[in-house]
Amino acid sequence: MQPTTIASHRFGFSENTQKSLGTDPRAWVVEQFDRPANFDASGLIDSAQALLLTRQVLKAALGAQQPDKVPKDELGQMTPSRKELRQTNIQSLVRRWQHTIQTPTPVAERWVQFWSNHFCVAATKGTMLAMVGPHEYEAIRPHAFGRYKDLLRAATLHPSMLIYLDNAQSFGPQSRAGARREKGLNENLARELLELHTLGVDAGFTQLDVTQTAMLLTGWTVSPQTGGKSEFIAALHQPGNKVILGKTYPEGPQALDTFLTDLSRHPACAKFMAFKLCRHFVTDNPPPVLVEAVAHRFTRSDGDLIDTAKALFSHDAAWAADNPPKLKRPEELVISAYRMLKLPLRSIEQNVGAIAAMGQSLGRTPSPQGWPDRSEEWLSPDSLFKRVQWADRFGGAYRESVDARSIMRLAFDKDLSTNTAQAIERAESGAQALALALVSPEFLRR
Amino acid sequence: MNHSPSDLPMFMTRRQGLRALWSAAAIACAMPARLSFAAASNARTNSTRRLVVVLLRGALDGLAAVPAVGDPAWANLRGHAAANTDSGAVAQAAMLPLDATFALHPALKTLNQWYLQEELVVVHAVASPYRERSHFDAQQMLESGGDRPFVQTTGWLGRALQAAGQPAVALTAAMPLALRGAEGASTWTPGGHATNQQDLMMRVAQMYGDDVPLANSLSQAMSQQDMSMAAVEGPGLVGLAHQAGKFLSDPQGPRVAWLEAGGWDTHTQQVGRLGRLLPSLDEALAALRNALGQHWKSTSVLVMTEFGRSAVLNGSGGTDHGTGGVAFLAGGEVSGGRVVADWPGLARGQLLDGRDLKPTLDIRRLIGPVLQRQFALNTSGMERVLPGAPTGLLDMFRT
Repeated sequence: MQPTTIASHRFGFSENTQKSLGTDPRAWVVEQFDRPANFDASGLIDSAQALLLTRQVLKAALGAQQPDKVPKDELGQMTPSRKELRQTNIQSLVRRWQHTIQTPTPVAERWVQFWSNHFCVAATKGTMLAMVGPHEYEAIRPHAFGRYKDLLRAATLHPSMLIYLDNAQSFGPQSRAGARREKGLNENLARELLELHTLGVDAGFTQLDVTQTAMLLTGWTVSPQTGGKSEFIAALHQPGNKVILGKTYPEGPQALDTFLTDLSRHPACAKFMAFKLCRHFVTDNPPPVLVEAVAHRFTRSDGDLIDTAKALFSHDAAWAADNPPKLKRPEELVISAYRMLKLPLRSIEQNVGAIAAMGQSLGRTPSPQGWPDRSEEWLSPDSLFKRVQWADRFGGAYRESVDARSIMRLAFDKDLSTNTAQAIERAESGAQALALALVSPEFLRR
Repeated sequence: MNHSPSDLPMFMTRRQGLRALWSAAAIACAMPARLSFAAASNARTNSTRRLVVVLLRGALDGLAAVPAVGDPAWANLRGHAAANTDSGAVAQAAMLPLDATFALHPALKTLNQWYLQEELVVVHAVASPYRERSHFDAQQMLESGGDRPFVQTTGWLGRALQAAGQPAVALTAAMPLALRGAEGASTWTPGGHATNQQDLMMRVAQMYGDDVPLANSLSQAMSQQDMSMAAVEGPGLVGLAHQAGKFLSDPQGPRVAWLEAGGWDTHTQQVGRLGRLLPSLDEALAALRNALGQHWKSTSVLVMTEFGRSAVLNGSGGTDHGTGGVAFLAGGEVSGGRVVADWPGLARGQLLDGRDLKPTLDIRRLIGPVLQRQFALNTSGMERVLPGAPTGLLDMFRT
């Protein structure tokens, strides 16, 4: 793969022409981190409103006293507030897609979406119905180009995460509220914080570390009483010191900041994050020399994310022509088609449906691990068939707007294989040519 | 426009149709089809004539559909392929003879019957003015009626419909270029897009070539889909043609219908592929006539394709993009029972560029009389619809 193709398709979201990269693709990528395009979140619902709206919907649906217990699929009729909730979700998805399609800094946008997926939250239970979008634009975007520990703090303490991983209902066993109400500790967030968000499963932490982390996290909650905002409520907090990974943390809310900073400086964290970044941006089994370089800079810069990005994108190993390509995830595939073809985004619900048919139910990530990254997790006969079906429809819908032959030449230049060029050239109609372009190995992969 | 509730999702203007493509597909599935046309009620047309145009996208091999078995060069050129029965080829004996030179592919039984009833004209060695070999450009020119690709942005049929104020329907998901320019043109499909998905899948498979992960996944997917695919492909064009006939039979319905079918780009193993495609075309035309009933006597059916294929077979049992090809005109008023051709011959020196059937007839000389018949266009009207078309229209109809 040529550097221009790597920059455009692997690191970005598929440029319309490689000419827009100028003569130095490396600079085109790296300089995006000096001035990532601003995301316009104006008019999108904030998480506090979203939470209150969701509670209305749940109560209206069941008259339930305990909306947390309502499974998403049993909401019943389309009430006005439920329609409103649905609209807000569509609105924030459309904003994200439109930004991805139009941004002048697509690599920086992929960077944001990497972190959004890393700190995954999902609408897999009732109270999360409208909370996925706000987590990205309130917690991830403002910190994706700052320091890792600040991003970590924002992502962890955002109402969406506190609800999604149950910290909102975790009570210190010896806390005032815990003792009174006979409610107890919930370790969900603590475990994922260590295992998925910072250190990785093999970092050597023990169950005791997890429990102690959960104790430290008690008190951070969100509820109607907090107005839908995250707050530290001392009555829920486990009194006394906590000992995690051999270090003692005192009682109180300040301990969390110290603890998250310590996690961000843990050697396992640098390695874990560097590997995950290289796997996402470069190739499924990234070269160790690259991972080490990125980890090194992450540590040396105290988790400065722009420095870390530049270490990755400036490294020769990230640009090696023979790094095996990755399969685009369904959402990447569909949205990069709009970007490459410069088509206006339309048919939102149909796109959501097509992406779901390919195996990615947006907003409903099945586990807190986020969407998987390796090609083999996405490539299946059925999923590939669904991709062809999508391409077939897309080709039919846009056959008047697009000349697949010239766009593919411009977008892939010398990396357009003879096989693909020939298949497109010999297609029996413009619609079929476009469909073939969209499921070509070049475009399916990145 | 007055719609009954069941009409609404079925019939859309072009712009709505494009916009609502996918959602309409979901809604329209399995609902009874009936079109009502506002344009028909304020009909400037009192024409009772009907026109059906069938475009075979991908380029039908004219020499396979209408072999020139009487040409001295035929045996050398294609005879051996026909004799090769190992590949499931059609024996020459099975061809349906038309005259001393031409025969029909054995699958074209309906067309043969029409020929015998003098309701079919076969036009051979015909082509649009286009002389390159790109499907896109050729289809653009054939549908637009321009002298060069992309000169015209509306279609000749659309311009004629607009001038005559006749309503039309394309049985396609998106409005074909040919009908663009007509406000009274609509689209209809049963539950979605009518593309040839099996053909697309085969092309995708070919494109993946030795890309093992993608090729393996796709081949598994294809074997899983085989059953449902067969069910979809078979009745596709036949069902659409039947529906077209029903639309045209409705006194309040359209006067013109557009049908199209893909899959004709037979670069490999064309004997087998045409052995499946030609019967479906033949059955579709039979279904169309059947559904038209008494209206057949005032209907014309034009079957055309963007170009012919190489006269010489390629190395994989197929034919590559060529030039001169075949077109058909059928109907109750057609002066049929003949092959119209200024036959250029199939000897090597007679072929265009040493490979293609040389085109000796401009297809606009066939389109012209069809337009005149359907739309009663005068000379200046014809000039607007088919600017720059050659004079000397073919005589196609009984008066």
